[in-house]
Amino acid sequence: MESSIQTPLPTAPSTPPTPQRNPLRPSRGHTDAVEGSATWQLADRIGLAFCWFLGLLFCAIAIAIVLYLMVQGIKFLKPSMLVTPAAAGFTEGESGGFSDAFIGTMIVAVMGIAIALPAGIAIAVWLVEYGRPAALARITESTIEAIAAIPSIVLALFGTVIFSSTALGFLSRTSQGVVFGRSFFAASAMLSLVALPLVVASVREGLNSIPRHVREASYAVGKTKAATTRRILLPTCRPQVATGAILGLGRIIGDTAIILVLLGATQNFAPVEGTGFPLNYLRGAGTTLTNFVYEASPTGNLNQPQKAYAAAFVLLLMVLALNAAADVVHRRARKVGTWSH
Amino acid sequence: MRGGNSDTPGPPPIRRLKLEDPAPASAATAPLQPLGGQAPQQGGFTAARRSIGAPQFSIRRMEIDNVSVHYGAKEAVKGVTLPVRQGEVLALIGPSGCGKTTLLRSLNRLTELTASARLSGRILLDDVDITAIEPTLLRRRVTMVFQQPNPFPMSVFDNIAYVLREQGSRRQRKKALEPAVHSALDRAGLFEEVKDNLDHPALKLSGGQQQRLCIARALAAEPEVLLLDEPCSALDPKSTQVIEDLIVKLRDDVAVVIVTHNLQQAYRIADHVAFMYLGDLVEYNSATTLFGSPREHRTQEYVSGAFG
Repeated sequence: MESSIQTPLPTAPSTPPTPQRNPLRPSRGHTDAVEGSATWQLADRIGLAFCWFLGLLFCAIAIAIVLYLMVQGIKFLKPSMLVTPAAAGFTEGESGGFSDAFIGTMIVAVMGIAIALPAGIAIAVWLVEYGRPAALARITESTIEAIAAIPSIVLALFGTVIFSSTALGFLSRTSQGVVFGRSFFAASAMLSLVALPLVVASVREGLNSIPRHVREASYAVGKTKAATTRRILLPTCRPQVATGAILGLGRIIGDTAIILVLLGATQNFAPVEGTGFPLNYLRGAGTTLTNFVYEASPTGNLNQPQKAYAAAFVLLLMVLALNAAADVVHRRARKVGTWSH
Repeated sequence: MRGGNSDTPGPPPIRRLKLEDPAPASAATAPLQPLGGQAPQQGGFTAARRSIGAPQFSIRRMEIDNVSVHYGAKEAVKGVTLPVRQGEVLALIGPSGCGKTTLLRSLNRLTELTASARLSGRILLDDVDITAIEPTLLRRRVTMVFQQPNPFPMSVFDNIAYVLREQGSRRQRKKALEPAVHSALDRAGLFEEVKDNLDHPALKLSGGQQQRLCIARALAAEPEVLLLDEPCSALDPKSTQVIEDLIVKLRDDVAVVIVTHNLQQAYRIADHVAFMYLGDLVEYNSATTLFGSPREHRTQEYVSGAFG
């Protein structure tokens, strides 16, 4: 009797090898192959939990600060405060607003960035497009980083030395041969140093991100380096220039130490007599929102906490507006398209 | 070497060339042997017809005279002598690393952008040494199109207008530049496709259109010599064909030098071919001769696909 060994024919599995998804349950956007942390070691799971906890904690703190300031600010901010100068008075209601501080912030911001932005772009262009001799490029980079690291109070001290010299007496008030050394010019000059490293870093990053073949394409049709930089590279870097300017403006607006030391710490504008507008104001002393918050806070000279919150709220709004502007610039630049490298 | 076209049936690519116009066979040249001993078949390489006829005229534009290019200690190009003529297409072929791109870039002094590059020998443009011409002026007369399409991140119009705007003078109005821009786009065969919206961002065009835009940009400078560095290697076959037709059309207006690693392309569109290997110029000949009955054994090996 012959026995035939019959091997079973291979058949297709009746069920698919992977468990079937319930088609009614929406896909969460990830496959079943993503690992969960259930298989990890205990130390790694604690680490993950730690990351989550800290992330959420600091997110909560940041939101708390912003929300608190917004609530207090909306409670106390009246539009009249922005247009009424500070006045002497016994109660908060009688002591006017902080219009001088508000305008003072605008002035130092504009003047500071007007110095920092062209200088920063020029330095960044030189570092990226030229950068020879290499030793000089390294020194320049290091100095810019050093400036970024110097505390602003130290910069302020340095500023008093410079601007108290008789050679620069025309930039501030002078009486009987003594140079006061504190004015909007002085404060703006030192504030530009605060903003400069941010502008340089941002523009450098923008220029470095442009691939080499774009420059070659421009040279290969007979354009000079100057034309290439001016017409192709810098316009392409507009988002990074805007980011640098906005970061710089943010730091300038928020700086207190340089203002306290180099702006004269008055409550209102103190223009210099004998000079025409606007130089008399710019050479004179004044105040900014940061100075005002310092003075008006419960520990300051004025003890007007409601106005302090209002001023702080205005500062916050300005910074948020700047960030929104940066976002708009970036979004519009993205529409032009990027290179396929 | 890439074999036949998509119509070729199963058998492996044909190695032996079979030309439509058989070159006069000389006794000294051994006939090319197909590798693997396969019998030559119909079809295959014969499908790569030459797209161009004989050149109508020929004007000497550039002379490359015993040129060597060193990158530091390494010698990338060794003593090459070639003429570049208007009215014909010169193809530089050779395996990777043979120095053909370096030679091309030395023609418009782009090698000077690399710090370690040194050039010896002479290159003449209309009998003037190119080192005596100001680099930017030279690069307007000898323009270059690169392998990867690289339009500027601006509109199509601005890409061309950028080349046309004169240095240092007042910014010309758009209206004044329109005819020149249209003409450049027309010469590149792109005008019909983009004329409805010249303000479209150039980076949104397709690869083939971008490359034609780069060619239009190179032509807008009204050059005497047009250099092309593997312009079709990043493109699909249809765009490649469009650009090859364009190159053939352009040869009467400008001297064309094209670097290509695609031997069929060189066969299709070149009048003269220079074969380089490891920095040396192995052979310079007319295209039909070089592919049909090359003088040098190395050339024979290369075009029959023994290496490369």
